[in-house]
Amino acid sequence: MLTMAEAVREAMTIAMEERPEVFLMGEDVGVYGGAFGVSAGMYEKFGADRVIDTPISELGYIGAAVGAALSGMRPIAEIQFSDFSAQAMDQIANQAAKIHFMLGGALHVPMVIRAPQGSGTGAAAQHSQIVENWFTNVPGLKVVVPSNPADAKGLLLSAIDDPNPVVFLEHKLLYKTPGWEPVPEGNARIPLGVSRVVRTGKDLTIVATGIMVKKSLEVADKLSAEGIEVTVIDPRTISPLDMSTTFESVDLTGRLLVVQEGPSHGGFINEVIAQVAGSHVFGSLKAPIKKVAGLNIPIPYAPQLEKAAVPQVEDIYAAANEIVKTWR
Amino acid sequence: MAPKDLMIGHPLSSKAHAKHALLYMWKIRKFEDAVEDLFGRGMMHGTMHLSVGQEASPTGVCMALKITDQITSTHRGHGHCIAKGADLTRMIAELLGKEIGYCGGRGGSMHIADVETGNLGANGIVAGGIPIATGAALASKLQKNENVVVSFFGDGALNEGAFHEAANMAAIWKLPVVFVCENNKYGMSNSTEKAFALENLADRGLGYGIPGVTVDGNDVVAVYEAAEQAVQRARNSGGPTLIECVTYRWKGHSRSDKNLYRTKEEIDEWKTKEPIAKFMSLIHEKNLLTQEEMDAVQQQATDEIIAAVNESVKAKAADPAGLEAAVFNAVM
Ligand SMILES: Cc1ncc(C[n+]2csc(CCOP(=O)(O)OP(=O)(O)O)c2C)c(N)n1
Ligand SMILES: [Mg+2]
Repeated sequence: MLTMAEAVREAMTIAMEERPEVFLMGEDVGVYGGAFGVSAGMYEKFGADRVIDTPISELGYIGAAVGAALSGMRPIAEIQFSDFSAQAMDQIANQAAKIHFMLGGALHVPMVIRAPQGSGTGAAAQHSQIVENWFTNVPGLKVVVPSNPADAKGLLLSAIDDPNPVVFLEHKLLYKTPGWEPVPEGNARIPLGVSRVVRTGKDLTIVATGIMVKKSLEVADKLSAEGIEVTVIDPRTISPLDMSTTFESVDLTGRLLVVQEGPSHGGFINEVIAQVAGSHVFGSLKAPIKKVAGLNIPIPYAPQLEKAAVPQVEDIYAAANEIVKTWR
Repeated sequence: MAPKDLMIGHPLSSKAHAKHALLYMWKIRKFEDAVEDLFGRGMMHGTMHLSVGQEASPTGVCMALKITDQITSTHRGHGHCIAKGADLTRMIAELLGKEIGYCGGRGGSMHIADVETGNLGANGIVAGGIPIATGAALASKLQKNENVVVSFFGDGALNEGAFHEAANMAAIWKLPVVFVCENNKYGMSNSTEKAFALENLADRGLGYGIPGVTVDGNDVVAVYEAAEQAVQRARNSGGPTLIECVTYRWKGHSRSDKNLYRTKEEIDEWKTKEPIAKFMSLIHEKNLLTQEEMDAVQQQATDEIIAAVNESVKAKAADPAGLEAAVFNAVM
């Protein structure tokens, strides 16, 4: 079974073999193989022109990716930690995201920004954030948050094909772990903007992305042993957000729990809640909607503090249990 | 009680100065050894960026600074912190996630700050401290307090926009800031040969009208002399200087580095040019300290680090309660 890092590497390799205009650039993506080892061996395979080590200049090379994308290339730009997308934000939010629309469709920006996000490595406040939220509020960007290696591969292939800027955020704790199903061989794409029902159950709907899908599945297993059946939905792409499966599921279960690692204030789960509250399935709800999210704090360093800052399996379990048992 | 100045002055100007410079270089070396050891034994979490082999630049620069002068530092910041006078126990305690740590366990290795000694903080963001140092220098100018601010950063930081924008402002406003670039030949795996089309990185100052000097960053005396000049210039409203300290990092960039981008020969060659032995031979030439005195200094550094580790290990772990209340300062 491939890990997330291997699956992402496989997708990049396939895309680079298929299309000469695809190339990878970023800090230490060459001989070093990327800070998390994602591009290991790619420099040796594709050479220095297609696997480009950049200086520590995020604004510069993300902007260069935008320019190359406008001019016939399909760059994949890796940001070593997604936190450093802050350095490059002008080129992402004011340039890449807007060019196609603002210029009346004259130009388009087929590029992918890949970056690890999330806590759990003890790297503290400037290296541990969930940043998906920074991008979902910028129309013109697609935002993908894969939860497992198989999805990561298929989604990344689609992101590279996409004629628009796509921000592809990998959870760094998932890099070394295999998923729950083998990664399909070959170049099969998984379309962006299509959610996935990962598990079905009649009592409760959980919507989660990234590493929280894995944690929610653990909770679903535990509850199943207690006779409670849970549906777990992974939107996979959080912008644009596909709500169809969530509506269907909530209509059936009547109970909704949304989960994210990022701080509670803001984030895609609030959009999920708003859409359910304003939809035709509102009347099917048997319980108040509940959310489990990170605290509204920067991620602290010490392991016991870091753990307290973001949802753990026990927190999701407690919330799920409470909804189902209080609102029968 | 206001903190006292550390030893200020030329490292070869007296026995006491020589002892100070040697002691602080040993403290940095032994501190980093201790960090590596704590990491290896699974007692420390996260990552670490060690400055073994780079002890001369923080030591030499800080011997030109008063306690009220300020610094900003980097991810590789233990040395700067120690040389500016930080408490070793509170540093180790921070790395171990203890309540008495400098950041109460919230910051870790990359974020130690010490207000008492003018340390505005290490930084997890490459070049993040450079505009901040420039702003602290602006405050010094506006408050007419004659403090100088030193910004330490690596070669890699010279390629961030933050350096360029800050350098220009410091120059046009003649701010009392000294930019100290510790050129250890690599920004992670990227060599300066690949990341620059320049021979001397100090030439980066030219475009901003800032004098640039390149010194042997493993020679604490050369570093001190360059820093002393730059600090005086800054204090006398002469504006910023860019000092390039050429040095080398012995250890990997961080804990996960496999050193694929450089050779063992290169590392070994740089080990022969290491700062502590270099300074000891100068001390020897000048007959400033005896071998016994130098050994005693080394022993003192070891003892201080061991005591700091022992005390930190026993300290109380940081408590997650109250994290949410800690985000904003409640004092008006
Ligand atoms: C803005 C930003 N980009 C990238 C990184 C990741 N990173 C941390 S240290 C480092 C290398 C820094 O090199 P240099 O400035 O030469 O300092 P050194 O590590 O050599 O002391 C990189 C790329 C970061 N922390 N911040
Ligand atoms: Mg460097």
